[in-house]
Amino acid sequence: MAPEPPLLSMSGITKSFPGVRALDGVDLDVQAGEVHCLLGQNGAGKSTLIKVLAGAHQPDTGRLRWRGEEVALRSPIAAMRLGIATIYQELDLVEHLSVAENVHLGHEPTTAGFVVRGKAARQSTAALLRRLGHPEIDPARLVGELPAAQQQIVSMARALSHDVRLIVMDEPSAALDPDEVDNLFRIVGDLTAEGVAVVYISHRLEEIRRIGDRVTVLKDGRAVAVGLPAKSTPTREVVALMTGRNVEYVFPERPTAPAQGEEPLLEVQGLTRQGEFEPLDLVIHPGEIVGLAGLVGSGRSEILETVYGARKPTAGHVSVNGRPLKPGSVRAAVRAGIGLAPEERKAQALLMLESVTRNVSVSSMSRFSRAGWIDRRAELGAARAATRELSLRPDNPSVPIRTLSGGNQQKAVLARWLLRGCRVLLLDEPTRGVDVGARAELYAVVRRLADEGLAVLLVSSEVPEVLGLADRVLVLREGRVVHRAPARELDEHRVLDLVMEGSPAT
Amino acid sequence: MTQHVSPPRGSADKVPSVSESSAWRGMFARADVRTLSLLGVLAVLVLIGGITKPDEFLDTRNLQLVLTQASVIGVVTVGMTFVITSGGIDLSVGAIVALASVWATTVATQEYGFAGILFTAVIVGVGCGLVNGLLIAYGAMVPFIATLAMLASARGLALQITDGSTQVVTVNSVLDLGERDAYVLGIPPLVLVFAVVTIIGWLVLNRTTFGRRTVAVGGNAEAARLAGIDVRRQRLYLYLLSGLCCGIAAFLLIILSGSGQNTNGNLYELDAIAAAIIGGTLLSGGRGTITGSVLGVLIFTTITNIFALNNLQSDVQQIAKGAIIVAAVLVQRRTASTT
Repeated sequence: MAPEPPLLSMSGITKSFPGVRALDGVDLDVQAGEVHCLLGQNGAGKSTLIKVLAGAHQPDTGRLRWRGEEVALRSPIAAMRLGIATIYQELDLVEHLSVAENVHLGHEPTTAGFVVRGKAARQSTAALLRRLGHPEIDPARLVGELPAAQQQIVSMARALSHDVRLIVMDEPSAALDPDEVDNLFRIVGDLTAEGVAVVYISHRLEEIRRIGDRVTVLKDGRAVAVGLPAKSTPTREVVALMTGRNVEYVFPERPTAPAQGEEPLLEVQGLTRQGEFEPLDLVIHPGEIVGLAGLVGSGRSEILETVYGARKPTAGHVSVNGRPLKPGSVRAAVRAGIGLAPEERKAQALLMLESVTRNVSVSSMSRFSRAGWIDRRAELGAARAATRELSLRPDNPSVPIRTLSGGNQQKAVLARWLLRGCRVLLLDEPTRGVDVGARAELYAVVRRLADEGLAVLLVSSEVPEVLGLADRVLVLREGRVVHRAPARELDEHRVLDLVMEGSPAT
Repeated sequence: MTQHVSPPRGSADKVPSVSESSAWRGMFARADVRTLSLLGVLAVLVLIGGITKPDEFLDTRNLQLVLTQASVIGVVTVGMTFVITSGGIDLSVGAIVALASVWATTVATQEYGFAGILFTAVIVGVGCGLVNGLLIAYGAMVPFIATLAMLASARGLALQITDGSTQVVTVNSVLDLGERDAYVLGIPPLVLVFAVVTIIGWLVLNRTTFGRRTVAVGGNAEAARLAGIDVRRQRLYLYLLSGLCCGIAAFLLIILSGSGQNTNGNLYELDAIAAAIIGGTLLSGGRGTITGSVLGVLIFTTITNIFALNNLQSDVQQIAKGAIIVAAVLVQRRTASTT
């Protein structure tokens, strides 16, 4: 037991959004002067948790103690007053204001309460920038003119311009070069030496090894490990916690005779996007599920969206049934029979104000219409048939889609492509925000669709999901395929090693 | 290709479930509450008019006048409702009405008679809408800016054509449509045009693929794109539609005023946007209601009429309109958050 209470302790924090339980009873405690790392896949609840810490979200239940006293962070201002500063991943700077104006935004030094003392602001900003090791940044310059790395420093200077005791950094190294990362770590070291606590979020395990004291791992809105020693916990154990082996996966059986000899349904040749992924060749036959395994930033989603035409390739092409598609055209892809269940379901797939029926029918309206006139009875009937086929609940396509759970919303997206008669299904993180029980059902649906002759390309950051569902697996690291193998011949440890170490393809 | 969709199976299919019918009723009821509250406001206004000026307000001629005045702005509002539902805005409607009305009433155009005037008004409206649509859909301009530029240019062109003078219409077949002899069962032809545009607008928005695409683009443009909808082409069509409505409205205004003026359609953009918003169309897009918009137009026109009958100045009218817009939006936000 520490003699002093922790600087911050959160217990049993829950937060739900319509259709998703983002936080499901999270505990976290942070000591003064430590670097506490927060790990987790996208969608694990990290962003929601730090927004609760920043006072931007109010938790549904749970308690928050600050230096032993129970507090409520009702607004970002309340959090700031306690001494909690947050540096978000998307920098929240005002581009058209100067560095000094950004640093002092909301607490400008003033004369008589309202006349901003510009010189004083610039001087104190310059002092902060010196402390951060960047005296070359001119406080009078516009933030929009600075490179991303320097904007990061400005963001940090803003945090330090308050009397800060806890700084939350959301992937601060993502936009930085290696030597800039060194500088960042030096700053973090200085801060903790002064007794400031840092909550550090990153996907890069090697960084956590270097500066972290303790690690908390989030998965599906729960803290699956709290306060592990950052330096001595084996990497493999941390990654396994992140990717969630604690969850019991139930996968459908693969067909005994894998689809071979038939004409390929989807062919990808030399597909490239400069700076995102290197030339990719890929063939999928009817009935096959091919998985792309890789960490965030490995190019998985970019590949899927380029195949779909939502991003324009720098080189290479995609063919369906031997016919090449017009590159960079979603409509060409859809017409050829490709369907995409995108990563961000709400932002990229769903019409949240509309009913399930309309969400399902949106890609095949011409089937229920004559001269543009919609036969709503036929539409409802077809939507009902498609959603029943997938056992979507509730069994009533007239309800608004926003009332559905994440898993059922995903089924509605699949029903959309089913109704369209699509032949190639691209699934990007199909079980994100889907609870464990509903996952098995989704897996079964995907396998059944493949058995019926679809070609499926699956992307998931959960290695067991890729290994359990796919027939063949491509392992990606930094936009490059480092290994190809049938899923049976791989295990999770091997894939994790490949994903992290990037040993060349055999 | 339907091979993946098997016909509904099981005995439960025959009977629609209880939850389904109640959900339908729920959605229906919610739409109804909005419509009913607008009807309620209109009823209160009629009551106020009837009490303050019992003889004048409820006179048939006055009611015909109110509806006629509502027709011009009403047709514009139908087009505006589509644009706003798609997440856009058209600030140029008033200026397009002005330009179309003066172009259609030049001496040269009037030589072609009725057809010449109607054709020119519609073509000018559609032409302006085409420019708006191309700039927004394919030039990637923000609707606010593109249509603001159109507002300025169209008004300027209208002034250039007329040189500030009023162009009196001499084509009798056009003027006759404004006379009492042309009324059908007591309904002015202008009101009939408004009614037809409203019905067509309602059907297009609620019953056609065009309407669905409009709602989808406004609700989530990225999702619509990834679902295979041609978002840009849809945007182009929507501004064309708004321009078409402006052209029709300009023709109605020519009948009503017997002339074309470059000051026509002044501030129509604000009236049309306000009517659509108090009707329940979301300014952020994704939900639109023609019924609500038309009721919004009727409410505004009735207020104007009552104030005029009571000899109240237009400044008071403007204040009242502003208050109604704020009240309507506040009420809608409350109903939206409780559902």
